[in-house]
Amino acid sequence: MSNSTEAVTPSLSPSARAWRRFKRNRLGYWSLVLFCLLVVGSLFAEVLSNDRPLVVRYEGTTYFPMVKDYAETVFGGDFDTTTDYLDPFIREQITQGDNWAIYAPNPYGPQTLNYFAKLPNPSPPRLDNLFGTDDRGRDLLAQLIYGFRVSVLFALALTVIGVLLGVVTGAIQGFFGGKTDLAFQRFIEIWGSMPELYLLIIFSAVFAPSISLLLILLSLFGWMGLSDYVRAEFLRNRQLDYVRAARALGLSNWQIIWRHVLPNSLTPVVTFLPFRMSAAILALTSLDFLGLGVPPGTPSLGELLSQGKNNIDAWWISLSTFAVLVITLLLLTFMGDALRDALDPRKADK
Amino acid sequence: MTAPTLPASRGSLPPEGAARPWGGPAAGPGPTLLNVKGLRVSFGGQEVVHGIDFSIKAGEKLALVGESGSGKTVSALSLLRLVHNADVSGSALLNGRDLLQLTEHQLRGVRGDEVAIIFQEPMTALNPLYTVGDQIGEVLQLKKGLTPRQALASTIELLASTGIPEPARRADAFPHQLSGGQRQRAMIAMALASAPKLLLADEPTTALDVSLRGQILDLLADLQRQHGMAVLLITHDLNLVRRFADRVAVMEQGHLVEQGAVSDVFAAPQHAYTQMLLASKPERDVAPAQPPAADATPVLQARGLRVGYPVPLPGLTGWFKKGEFVAVQGADLDVAPGQTLGVIGESGSGKSTLALAALGLLPYQGNLQVTGSDWTQALKSGESRALRQRVQVVFQDPFSSLSPRMTIEQIVGEGLLVHQPGLSVAQRRERVVKALADVGLVDDPRRGGDWLQRYPHEFSGGQRQRLAIARALIIDPQLLVLDEPTSALDVTVQKQVLALLQRLQRERGLSYLLITHDVDVIQAMAHHVIVMKDGEVVESGPVEQVLRAPEHPYTRTLVQAAA
Repeated sequence: MSNSTEAVTPSLSPSARAWRRFKRNRLGYWSLVLFCLLVVGSLFAEVLSNDRPLVVRYEGTTYFPMVKDYAETVFGGDFDTTTDYLDPFIREQITQGDNWAIYAPNPYGPQTLNYFAKLPNPSPPRLDNLFGTDDRGRDLLAQLIYGFRVSVLFALALTVIGVLLGVVTGAIQGFFGGKTDLAFQRFIEIWGSMPELYLLIIFSAVFAPSISLLLILLSLFGWMGLSDYVRAEFLRNRQLDYVRAARALGLSNWQIIWRHVLPNSLTPVVTFLPFRMSAAILALTSLDFLGLGVPPGTPSLGELLSQGKNNIDAWWISLSTFAVLVITLLLLTFMGDALRDALDPRKADK
Repeated sequence: MTAPTLPASRGSLPPEGAARPWGGPAAGPGPTLLNVKGLRVSFGGQEVVHGIDFSIKAGEKLALVGESGSGKTVSALSLLRLVHNADVSGSALLNGRDLLQLTEHQLRGVRGDEVAIIFQEPMTALNPLYTVGDQIGEVLQLKKGLTPRQALASTIELLASTGIPEPARRADAFPHQLSGGQRQRAMIAMALASAPKLLLADEPTTALDVSLRGQILDLLADLQRQHGMAVLLITHDLNLVRRFADRVAVMEQGHLVEQGAVSDVFAAPQHAYTQMLLASKPERDVAPAQPPAADATPVLQARGLRVGYPVPLPGLTGWFKKGEFVAVQGADLDVAPGQTLGVIGESGSGKSTLALAALGLLPYQGNLQVTGSDWTQALKSGESRALRQRVQVVFQDPFSSLSPRMTIEQIVGEGLLVHQPGLSVAQRRERVVKALADVGLVDDPRRGGDWLQRYPHEFSGGQRQRLAIARALIIDPQLLVLDEPTSALDVTVQKQVLALLQRLQRERGLSYLLITHDVDVIQAMAHHVIVMKDGEVVESGPVEQVLRAPEHPYTRTLVQAAA
């Protein structure tokens, strides 16, 4: 409660205040910073981890192998095939004399098979492969970076679609109530009773597995939980006096939903947001682990876990993948707490 | 937080244990039962009760009075350490034992045994999963060591003593099966189960209808006499104090500013705050009632208005058709331009339904016209916007009537978005600031900008109610529906808000449809009154006639209860 006489602080816009409340939660704030760094970093995965050099200067000509294929003959090789830049001969060719090449910090791609490795696969962490290699000789760090990117982007897409569907269906049920609500509820009961996992297995047998197919299938079932929460919030909020006052002012249903009921019904949505992200990441990982997820050859955390299970003595596979998952999920959880504080204007902002 | 320290307040405190005949009935005050000295309560380093002293004698009725936030409830409940996260210091001697020094285990022996409590809202104070008899019996078994059979017999006896009809049957009832008054009686029976020496009654009648309040209070007084217990009544209602208490202690912002015998304090209040409280009965300052001109169109006119809600029917028939609960049955009313029609009745009498119908928010049957245009036709033809501009509303609860996630500017300016969409952002802001100034929230319109980006939770109840009025007035309505506009406010704030409404009516020629259960408010505001009971209008007429010479027995009880 404030008295009208007390000194008025300069007015901040609501969003600026929300950001201030978010920042006040140190743990959440730094989790957000770290998570953003990780995500942005993984978006530039090609620069960070690539078996092709970023730039090559060879005998007076500049080449960009990262974006363009060059035949081996260009660099003095024998064959007219795409250059393998891990080949010690090529390496020597493009670095001797005036020639130079800039390699990515981690000189392996997610699919790179190092035919010139000195140890049998899977090989433990050493200077050549900082995190070791998997049982096919692919660099683990590269796979983690690319796998993290796939997981996060997939989770983001799944969360956005799920939240949109959930909020829209929940809002329609809760706001209009009555017969609309009844029909929707029965539909959700039937829809929710379908065995989701079996459908996934069947579909992955019928269609060629792809990320977009997975996204569609998981989205079809992922909105119901949230829909129920939003519906309950709408049912509660729509009969409050401020909604009645808005009706008396002559606002249309759409305006009332958008300006009044929706902003006050988003608490469960926001609270669940990071957990939905976590759940989406875990869902993809589990499906990959079972071999039902992304098409073979796509870097994925689930596939790595499955490899770790098959090569239990290659501890570096399980451990590093597990660590990436735990850290990602933990960051999301911490951000969730801060987000909830930030979106509640009733919290004092200091 | 400033406590006015007037020199008069010092002299007003009567010397402790002064030889004053308290003039009570046979079981008059005896030796001191509870002696509180220097009680301080703080939450997280912020002190809310600043060292208060009071005492209660055995068999005495002390009323602790103050507005919300004055610390009266916290003071009383912290004696039994029932307030979470509170740091309590000072001393509270109950029969020579300091309650504040007892261990949690010892205190548990005191609670519900020597000291019992009645809370404000019996619906939430009783556990909905157990029958009333179980809950009272539990106290008897725990505190008196009765067997379940004995406890049941005693329970029925206790319920009978609180005047609940058919006590043996009610003992088997769940809280939701009892009426509000019966629930509060059951709470009282529960408090009395252990024959306490001191009863803390925290606003025991606030949640009840006016006509029930008197009954519950009489019951408490009766039982107090029979059992010879002391009662500490916590209340904001001065009428209750006058009727019930022997002595009164007035609290303001954590300070005890005045205490003394009720008759003395009410006759000659010493402290400025007490004087203000006593003078807070709303004053009538409205334009005189005018006989309706023959050709004047009433702002609101209803003929044979009937509003019903569909309710589910039990059994198989419920699958195929709905029953109907008729909330308003055949109401006739007229609101003349610039005048106020008061609607008075208890909860469930249909008066709020009437308000929603007048706002065009509920389907109705019969005839309902706003400035000569029919609501049903306007809604059907999609031209309701013009009517909505003419009728606006202020609701009771200032906390749920403003969206917590919108700023003041958004809330107050919303009506302009709908009704004057052509305004630029700057023009709209100017109008919002002007509206805030009109309702007395901003003294200087040029400085109003500071308020615009704030959220409703930063404002007190009275300020929020002013915001709600500003939101309604910004689109220049002719009729304002006031649904219990001040019943959630403190008395002093209520007086200010009513004065504001009266000023706005005089300045703008507004008409009010004022819905309330409070006869004082009607007396101050209304030109005409209708009295509603069970959905029907039982009496109507000019305010002087209805309140001075009520014809219907129901109106008579209402008027008497308020006197």
